[in-house]
Amino acid sequence: MVNPYVIHPARIVEKIREAEDITTYRLQLVDEEARRRFRFKAGQFNMVYLFGVGEVAISIVSDPDEPELLDHTIRTVGRTTKAIADLQPGDALGIRGPFGEGWPLEEAKGRNVVIVTGGLGCAPVVGAIEYIFRRREEYGSVKILHGVKTPHDLLYRERFDAWRRHPDTEVLLTSDQPDKTWCYHVGVVTELFEQVSINPAKSTVLMCGPEIMMRLGVPILMRRGIPATAIYVSLERHMECGIGLCGHCQMGPYFLCKDGPVMRYDRVEQWLGRTGV
Amino acid sequence: MLERDEGIRIMATASETCAVLPAADLQRLLDTLSAKGYRVVGPIVREGSVVWERIISVSELPIGWRDQQEPGRYRLEQTSSQEVFGVVHGPQSLKPFVFAPREPLLQITRSQDGFTTSPTLPQPEKVAVIGARACDLAGLVIQDRIFLNETYRDPYYATRRDGLFVVAVNCTRSLQTCFCASMETGPRAKCGFDLALTEVDGQLLVETGSEAGRDLLSNLSLSTSSEQLNAEAVTRIEACAHSQVRRLDRSRLPQALYEAHEHPRWDEVAGRCLACTNCTMVCPTCFCHTVEEAPDLSHQHAAHARLWDSCFSQEHGYIHGKNIRPTIKDRYRMWLTHKLASWIDQFGTSGCVGCGRCITWCPVGIDLTEELPALLTPGVKPPSALQHKDGT
Repeated sequence: MVNPYVIHPARIVEKIREAEDITTYRLQLVDEEARRRFRFKAGQFNMVYLFGVGEVAISIVSDPDEPELLDHTIRTVGRTTKAIADLQPGDALGIRGPFGEGWPLEEAKGRNVVIVTGGLGCAPVVGAIEYIFRRREEYGSVKILHGVKTPHDLLYRERFDAWRRHPDTEVLLTSDQPDKTWCYHVGVVTELFEQVSINPAKSTVLMCGPEIMMRLGVPILMRRGIPATAIYVSLERHMECGIGLCGHCQMGPYFLCKDGPVMRYDRVEQWLGRTGV
Repeated sequence: MLERDEGIRIMATASETCAVLPAADLQRLLDTLSAKGYRVVGPIVREGSVVWERIISVSELPIGWRDQQEPGRYRLEQTSSQEVFGVVHGPQSLKPFVFAPREPLLQITRSQDGFTTSPTLPQPEKVAVIGARACDLAGLVIQDRIFLNETYRDPYYATRRDGLFVVAVNCTRSLQTCFCASMETGPRAKCGFDLALTEVDGQLLVETGSEAGRDLLSNLSLSTSSEQLNAEAVTRIEACAHSQVRRLDRSRLPQALYEAHEHPRWDEVAGRCLACTNCTMVCPTCFCHTVEEAPDLSHQHAAHARLWDSCFSQEHGYIHGKNIRPTIKDRYRMWLTHKLASWIDQFGTSGCVGCGRCITWCPVGIDLTEELPALLTPGVKPPSALQHKDGT
């Protein structure tokens, strides 16, 4: 096995400002061989490295069918992400990855897909949505339900608009602190469940966002007859190694960097919402 | 050496042949190991306890010393005996030899393309450790499962592990804090050793546990021990097991501890715990580590290293601006639940080997053999404790 600690340099090709403190970095691996080898599944993540500062786990946002350019949407919050925010196109970052288990897109073929996201939680499913729309006829109906706190928190506006135009696809947006410009639903994302029809036996749910959204949202979906085994959640914990070794990302018996970040709900049900887990 | 005898060894019977080395001739073993290129390491007395250090002469070993360990207390005392291995253990297990407290991973240098990385694997070194205990070996076997598993073989750990030769010592005296018998990890070394010694009145019974051990033993050309001596060794090891005052009942684990997540005892123990991280530092199995990036002053080179971390630290549960485990209660619960319960789901074994170090080296003497039964006894807190802060 290759040394999983080795970091590959990657150039910032483009820096896309998404919101006040959120930026998408489009990266390209410098080494051609590394670029050719790099293949990922939607929902996987990379350890993004800045020389002299360190690494941070960031999900890959871009389309898995275009693995030569790797998008990472990063919110500026900590030491490493603040230093990354100062970089410009042409500057170098590093990449280790891809790590973890992605979305169950093979298993979902032939089924309807319901995507429920909140805030920056929409980032890890963008790749899954692009994957599905490239193979539109292989999936049933697609429903994308996305909630934000304020309209300023709505990322990828053009993408949501583009997705809306696909056949048999619904995109529903909501904000719980809207301003005058907001023309969609007002409230939290779980309220959108009432606005869509879901065939519980034929739907696979992909969820990503704050854990409270999953804790409150999943029981509603289950009451509508969707089994826990058809609901997948992407979870977040502190991650340093990406290979289930450093111990930080544990949730009960799982190492989320290796067993997740995407987990089938029935496997994590008893851990989600426990304090300190 | 990694090619060790498979499976768990059963208690030697009086008929099993062992070699015998007079304790006065132990220097021959050290010299033979040195001649084979090993750096020989043994316990030496330092600052009131024993630590692993390079030894040249048997006289450097803590002959005549004994350790007394209790919750939050470690004392060495000198006796008039000529016992070589009277000290059971110090704060260090075998862990530091294989999972280094600070392991340089990469040297990273700025370049035109950003940077280049080169792995900094440790220099292969043959190290022979004299005096490891059964609990330490059990810890080593668990660390092997973590770092050398079927999907990932950590090259840094593997390099250190490949050079390790272990001379175990079967325990004939238990400490107040020992509970290896109930964990089925000791006091007799079961696997993972190259040679195992049992000290009986100035005689060292020698057993082999690997090809490297057999090879070394053949160099010593020792005589076969008497059945009487073998029987005496077995008797003493068994007596050692029976003398243990602490035990840990694993029969309801992991599930019972998972179910005890809201037990009021966590609050009680958190009131005593200092979150000092001592228990995790002395534990033979704890494997959490953090990665450090240390640039030099020119900012042209950076050393990328992994360091032991602890789930008791503030940063362990940090995630973009918040802490998953902000309280000491959260962290103690994380540690104990992982060690005794989720470890079983992760690695098919308990994370505890019964060495008792976390009891001894806890400044306030928190004792997991006392905490576990308390946590598995129904508490008295009202069921509202099951509720999350947001009422779900």
